[in-house]
Parts: sequence; C-alpha cells; structure tokens
Amino acid sequence: MTKQEALFKYLLRLGDHHLVLGHRLSEQSSKGPIIEEDIACSNIALDLIGNANHLLQYAGEVESKNRSADDLAFLRGERDFYNSLLSEQPAPDFAYVMVRHFLADVYDFYLYTALQKSSDETLAAIAAKALKEITYHLRHSSKWLIRLGDGTSESHKRTQDAINELYRFTGELFEMNEVDEVLMKEKITFDLTAIHQLWLSKVKEVFAEATLEIPADTFMQRGSRDGKHTEHLGFLLAEMQHLHRVIPGAEW
Amino acid sequence: MSDSQGILWEVFVQSKPGQPHKHSGSVHAHDKEMALQNARDLYCRRSEGTNIWVVPASEIVASSPEDIASFFDPSDDKVYRHPTFYTVPEGITHM
Repeated sequence: MTKQEALFKYLLRLGDHHLVLGHRLSEQSSKGPIIEEDIACSNIALDLIGNANHLLQYAGEVESKNRSADDLAFLRGERDFYNSLLSEQPAPDFAYVMVRHFLADVYDFYLYTALQKSSDETLAAIAAKALKEITYHLRHSSKWLIRLGDGTSESHKRTQDAINELYRFTGELFEMNEVDEVLMKEKITFDLTAIHQLWLSKVKEVFAEATLEIPADTFMQRGSRDGKHTEHLGFLLAEMQHLHRVIPGAEW
Repeated sequence: MSDSQGILWEVFVQSKPGQPHKHSGSVHAHDKEMALQNARDLYCRRSEGTNIWVVPASEIVASSPEDIASFFDPSDDKVYRHPTFYTVPEGITHM
C-alpha cells in the first residue's frame, strides 16, 4: 500500500466517522428534550458534518480522481464507508444520544490532539480547527452524562442501559491496520494504543462521577476498518443519499 | 418558572474585553453549567461574545412600573447632572 492510498483511506475513516455521527445527531433536530438542547445538538451536528466536509474534500484531493466531498459522501455504497460502528448506532432515547457522543467525543478529543502534530500539514490544520469544537462537544456530552447518570433512578437506568448496549462498539476505535502502519512510519498518524489508555482513563473518570459502570461483558464487535457494518448503516445511507441519487448533482 | 424545562436564566453577553455585559435574552436550564452551555449555543453562535454571565431570573430584583414617577422623573429637570457641558475629545469611543 502506497502512502497516498493509505492517506486516502485514513481520511475516509476520519471523515466518514464525523459524517455519520453528525447525520445521526441531526436526526435529533426537533426532538430535543427542550428547545435549547435541540439547538445545541443541531449545532454539534453541523460542526461534525462541517469537519467531515473538510476531510472528504482533502481525501478527494489526495485520491486525485476528481471526486468531490459530495461525490464521496453521497455516491459510495455501504461497504466503501469506514465510519466507526459506534457512529452509526441509532438512539432509541436521549440517553443513547449522549452516551454515543460522549464515547466518540473522548476518542476524538485525544485523537485530534495527537493529529495536530501530524507531519501532513493539511491534516494537522484540519485537526487543530476541529479540536476547538470537539473540546466543547466533550464538555457538553460529559456534563450530560453526569447529569443523567447521577440524576433520577430512571435517567440512571436508561443511561446505563445505553452504555451496556454501545460499549461493545468502542474496541474497534483503537484497531490499527496496514493504513496505520504506513502512515505511522511517516509520522502522519500516531499509535492508537496510547490514545486508548487516555480514552479509558477519561471514560472511567466521568463514569465514576456519573455513578455509571463499564459493562462486565468485554466482548467487542469489530468490522468498520474493513468496511463491514451493522445493519443500521444501510438504512442511514439510504436516507442520507436519497436526494443526491435521485437528482444527481443537485445543489441547494 | 420551574417545570420540566428547568428554571429560567437571564443571559448577559460581553462583546469585547472591557465592555459591559449586555442582556441578550433568556434560556431554560436545570443547572449552572447547562445554563452556560445553552446561553453559548443560543446567543454566541455568530461571534457575538467573549464572556457570558447567566443569572437565575428569580434572583433579579426589578423596579416596578409604578416606581417610574418616583424613581426616574426627578432627574428630568436637573440638566447639570448630564455631562453635556464638556467637549468629548476626538477618538474617545466608549463614553
């Protein structure tokens, strides 16, 4: 695998993660518990999709096949997406929304902190810009986790249920493959093992304050690094890509 | 007001360091941090500010409309209290 191929795949991994996470969060628009929270979630969804736009645009440039960010977002099939399994999970209630985003925000916070020092200047610049937003996202989701976990018995139960369901999708966030090997040699990306330790320590810290627990069952589902997804991604893409596929090149 | 939406908080935003905080509006929230975050998301999305204050609306003491005559009218006929007898030097913007 050449450096160019590896960087293209890596940018899809980062870009798809935020595109799908942002799309999922946009589903909350109009469904927030109060209007203020509705706006907060919509803001964060826009941040995530905006960052995905930067990453996919750069991915298109690296690939050099004349594909735009829109082409990559709307004209690829499910097996060509590399977003994390966590990002595509639906949220039956608000606790799921916050747990999904908290687990992803902690990961993004440490990953993007590292990527600011990437030897690839464009990636480093994208990471530095996104990190300011991610820092706020993490503050928002961790405060909600504490509020829900250490709230009423009902909010505690729902939040712990969401953790029990979603935690098994966190293992693969730290999985490395040939893409990472090639890019780590060039100091474009960094070892995810170190980021895993930071992630775990922050998750434990917030869970402790929120009186929540990491599930005892340690089974971890993997697949997204190979483009293998849970059944939810296909439905999500069908909705997200519908307009662009019906009216190719639509602009609005 | 206290219901499932939380209590009402008044939001004051400072546009630049050194400037006074100005009332921007209000938000609902269940705690201080949530009030601050909601205020940030509602009133500072388009680079309006550098600092935010949130205050529970119930903590604000306001004069009532009946007080207008006794509070404010007496100052109308005392022109010497107004700084209209000075010339403001050029370049002074925040008087």
